[in-house]
Amino acid sequence: MAAILKGIGASDGIAFAKAYRLMEPDLTVEKRGVTDAAAETERFRAALKKSESELEVIKEKARKDLGDDKAAIFEAHLLVLNDPELTGPIEDKIKSDAVNAEFALEETANMFIGMFEAMDNEYMKERAADIKDVTKRVLAALLGVDLPAPALIAEEVVVVAEDLTPSMTAQLNREFVKGFTTDIGGRTSHSAIMARSLEIPAVVGTKNATADIQNGDLVIIDGLQGEVHINPTEEVAAEYQKRAEAFAKQKAEWAKLVNEQTVTADGHHVELAANIGTPADLDGVKSNGGEGVGLYRTEFLYMGRDNLPTEEEQFESYKAVLEGMEGKPVVVRTLDIGGDKELPYLNLPHEMNPFLGFRAIRLCLEEQDIFRTQLRALLRASVYGNLKVMFPMIATVNEFRQAKAVLLEERAKLEAEGIEVAGKIELGIMVEIPSTAVIADLFAKEVDFFSIGTNDLIQYTMAADRMNERVSYLYQPYNPSILRLVKMVIEAAHKEGKWAGMCGEMAGDETAIPLLLGLGLDEFSMSATSILKARAQLKTLSKADMETLAAKAVEMSTAEEVVELVNSIEKK
Amino acid sequence: MSKKTFTVTADTGIHARPATLLVQTASKYSSDVNLEFNGKKVNLKSIMGVMSLGIGKGADIAISAEGNDETEALDAIETLLKSEGLAN
Repeated sequence: MAAILKGIGASDGIAFAKAYRLMEPDLTVEKRGVTDAAAETERFRAALKKSESELEVIKEKARKDLGDDKAAIFEAHLLVLNDPELTGPIEDKIKSDAVNAEFALEETANMFIGMFEAMDNEYMKERAADIKDVTKRVLAALLGVDLPAPALIAEEVVVVAEDLTPSMTAQLNREFVKGFTTDIGGRTSHSAIMARSLEIPAVVGTKNATADIQNGDLVIIDGLQGEVHINPTEEVAAEYQKRAEAFAKQKAEWAKLVNEQTVTADGHHVELAANIGTPADLDGVKSNGGEGVGLYRTEFLYMGRDNLPTEEEQFESYKAVLEGMEGKPVVVRTLDIGGDKELPYLNLPHEMNPFLGFRAIRLCLEEQDIFRTQLRALLRASVYGNLKVMFPMIATVNEFRQAKAVLLEERAKLEAEGIEVAGKIELGIMVEIPSTAVIADLFAKEVDFFSIGTNDLIQYTMAADRMNERVSYLYQPYNPSILRLVKMVIEAAHKEGKWAGMCGEMAGDETAIPLLLGLGLDEFSMSATSILKARAQLKTLSKADMETLAAKAVEMSTAEEVVELVNSIEKK
Repeated sequence: MSKKTFTVTADTGIHARPATLLVQTASKYSSDVNLEFNGKKVNLKSIMGVMSLGIGKGADIAISAEGNDETEALDAIETLLKSEGLAN
């Protein structure tokens, strides 16, 4: 039956394919007595064999697509699968208690999982997840149900899931996954950011996708309007065929702007840069005409591994990005870990309020070994391009001074060792804490640039956790309070002859762009896939007119009034 | 029974990859291979056993092997520990 789900369009485009549910099957275990323990043990061993061959396939696939590093986790899973300390007790239990293999497996696995979870060490706690993963696979084999194996998808599909975690997304095959839809999430959730970087249409936060969509249903993902059509009628399908073609045509129009400068209708130039996480993202920056990298999130270098990256590893990545951008500006943000981004191997204590806690520059100034290693790698790489260094989560002028002092010390050390460092490296800060925005005029005397991180600035200004759906209505980029802070920051920068950029989601937002242009923003950094659309939009806007608009906007009382005002502008 | 003692030199201790390598190597031999640390003894063919010890840098560990290929097993493990820079 045809049905429509409403959600949030997280990534533009239209996809039409069969649904693939990335869901856990029911793995409920019942306790049964068995009379033939030997046969039950054989059944258990057969399930181990089947799981082993599945894991081998996944491991090989991971090795091919993601490299040895990422495949190592499956190597460990294979060892857990064949661990005599796990399989021995299970087989003993089948014999001594005369119970079914599923029950013996679950009981034994839970004992180990509990043991690892109870350990006072984040790393060990994560191992509990490995044991869960492995025993789940064996349990599925015993119960005769299939676990979803996204890595093995071999036909065009639309993925349907409750949410997509980073490890799930890493397994998706870009060739066959044409789009996805999830029950939860918003524009800034991980799944949404991934969809934009993979350039596949996505609708998130539908609430009911997994309840309403079955495997094999034909599904249309309309990332433009945030709609999901399930088993559409022929008329709707035909209509979407047309819309998909129109969108492809529009994209082709935008693509013509790839080598153009970003100039407004009245001849004012602004810079459109891209946010990246790894050197591999540079392809997208180039194909979308990025004029620079406005935010290189270095934490990906530190994530998905069990130790800190060495200076050499970091140097190679930074060098690759700087060389790849061929002299265009590259703003590298120093390690921003903590908050929702954890590094288990640092064994940081659990915090009640991680977003207000020991993270980013706070951690780097305390754990200076980590910070200095990164700064050395950056300074060494600086000779390969146009490097600008940015410190995250700066709350006080002293923090900036301290961070700068550490950087200058490392520079002096390198120079004493005879290692070349670029002469001028701009040093800037992320403006994401209201205290910093409020005294931006004082910061502007000391920093070379600002980059406004709107995702955090909004959550800190509104005191609303952006992961908490119940207060998501307070995530209001167009609230006049936010616009006034942005205005203060930009004006403070310009007064001292410095530049101001923005690297949050807001910078690529169609409604925000006219306001930001009017407020005088110099650099807009966004998902690479948003750049061409933003360039096309900026070409139609006059900066002088937008200045008038922005001046009105900051006098409005509510976000709704601001949106109404922006929607009323005539495109020139 | 053959037995040797080592001091762990790897910064991360015997975690993840080192543990994987040790278990893979020990599993190639038919002898019983055990790892002792801090008064606890685990089967070196068990990844969960090895990881549950939480062996860090500077730890003194003892590895023992018993069976018909115990010498070969212990030699192979020693070679691995040294060539991977895990212990000396």
